[in-house]
Amino acid sequence: MSVNATPAGADVAADETATGTAGRHAAVPAQRSGRAPKTPLSENKRAERKLGWLLCAPAALVMLLVTAYPILYSIWLSLQRFDLRFPAEREFIGLENYVTVLTNEFWWTAFGVTMLITVVTVAVELVLGMGLALIMHRTLVGRGIVRTAALIPYGIVTVVAAFSWRYAWTPGTGYLANVFGEGAPLTERASSLAIVMLAEIWKTTPFMALLLMAGLALVPEDLLKAASTDGATAWQRFTKVMLPVMKPAILVALLFRTLDAFRVFDNIYVLTAGANETSSVSMIAYNNLIRGLNLGIGSTMSVLIFLTVAIIAFVFVKLFGTAAPGSDDGERR
Amino acid sequence: MADTTTKAKVRWGLLDLIVVVFALVPVLWIASLSFKTPATLTDGKFWPREWTLDNYRTIFQTDQFVRALVNSIGIALIATLIAVVLGAMAAYAISRLDFPGKKLLVGVSLLIAMFPQVSLVSPLFEIERQLGIFDTWPGLILPYITFALPLAIYTLSAFFKQIPWDLEKAAKMDGATQGQAFRRVIAPLAAPGLFTTAILVFIFCWNDFLFAITLTSTERARTVPVALSFFTGESQFEDPTGAICAAAVVITIPIILFVLFFQRRIVSGLTSGAVKG
Repeated sequence: MSVNATPAGADVAADETATGTAGRHAAVPAQRSGRAPKTPLSENKRAERKLGWLLCAPAALVMLLVTAYPILYSIWLSLQRFDLRFPAEREFIGLENYVTVLTNEFWWTAFGVTMLITVVTVAVELVLGMGLALIMHRTLVGRGIVRTAALIPYGIVTVVAAFSWRYAWTPGTGYLANVFGEGAPLTERASSLAIVMLAEIWKTTPFMALLLMAGLALVPEDLLKAASTDGATAWQRFTKVMLPVMKPAILVALLFRTLDAFRVFDNIYVLTAGANETSSVSMIAYNNLIRGLNLGIGSTMSVLIFLTVAIIAFVFVKLFGTAAPGSDDGERR
Repeated sequence: MADTTTKAKVRWGLLDLIVVVFALVPVLWIASLSFKTPATLTDGKFWPREWTLDNYRTIFQTDQFVRALVNSIGIALIATLIAVVLGAMAAYAISRLDFPGKKLLVGVSLLIAMFPQVSLVSPLFEIERQLGIFDTWPGLILPYITFALPLAIYTLSAFFKQIPWDLEKAAKMDGATQGQAFRRVIAPLAAPGLFTTAILVFIFCWNDFLFAITLTSTERARTVPVALSFFTGESQFEDPTGAICAAAVVITIPIILFVLFFQRRIVSGLTSGAVKG
């Protein structure tokens, strides 16, 4: 093949100046011969590639089969009227489902609730998580105990924690029920949302803190000492030395927690079941599917949630330049 | 000098205490409820005045809970095993081998880590019904593996990068193939990393509620978190609170054990995969 290529190259070169032609002809064989000794190595390379693909294939296949195919399928379902209670009425209706959902006030209420929960919990968790990370990283006493304790909210089943919060606020049963006077906090919208957020924050602050602690470990100890001898206060050391070093870790933690918070479902399901307009988008998608058995509308919501998450991730990466963990794996060896 | 360090220690100790109390109160509360007798259940006190084990006896006598517990354990163990094996293969390739498409795989698993799981609920519901795996173990194991894989791949790649790979070279020089070098030399060294990853993946599967509630409809595959939300008590008039709390405590025990015994590993697993990669 390479031999056939040479005359074509010569034809083109013939139109140019003689020196240029000569130069090019000289260069091409030189490159080829330079590559020649590597042939046995490229045998090895080929084997390495093959092994690499072989080892990754099962994982890649499973991930694609269970996510890519269903998401494409749900786009297809979202373009149909498809209610499992009336299967005979199934037909292709274009974007009608999208119009139905996007003009529906329940959808927008749920969207607002989800956004509110996401923004508030992530903001609070960033502050608390940073505090917890500092404690776990720097405490002089009981480091093991504090880390062990912090892992409990991370590990505990969300539904279990949600039941604990629910009973804590149930009038008569709970130790917190009368903290803010008489009444049932889980039957009013504002207090219900506050409790959902509390439950979320309790459960996921440790995860945020662990991600931040990984960034904290990268802060050079000498730098802190130097700043300290130069008379920097604790606050200055935190904002001028620690935060800049930790920035990539903070952005990754924020991105992960934001996308995770947007999926909020378990806590709402147990705490309010979506009563008093406390449904999140996941909650109403679930209700449309399992309670309503409306696959068309449910899939439309699935697609819309997917798009929203994609936009959030895109904004994070573009706006803040969040370096995704593992993104520079290729260079590192 | 000694005085300032004591002061600092007390200050840190107080901060530690706040964290510990904040982390433990909800857990102690649900445990306390599970030990209360029906008569004292609604007294609003944090600690039980009368202790009983009746709630635990009740749940272990109901088929509903025992089946769900078996499902939870079986599904989480199988999913963990498969995810760790597939994840280890991919992570080995990512951390050790040079091949085109590596970045793509890392990118795809990152995307899946951020994927809104609820978006899969409607299509998976329909696909699994057509395939006949709706409301079965494989119907849950499959999505669990998928969403556990990014976690497994990241954590394991981070661990694999710390392994002294010269040993592998030495093994190959002694005539071992790449595959043998992997099984005989690297796998034993990687065992702690594999174990840590298995714990993290297990916690993830054990925790899931969304897939479990949408992709099951009977006791055949329903896991404990879902069964909890369906507990109604033996008769219509019986309050299920005590039973729910007892069941909740039972599924919290493995988590507490993991955290108590493997705190160091879990922390290093979660932090190493997150930033250094």
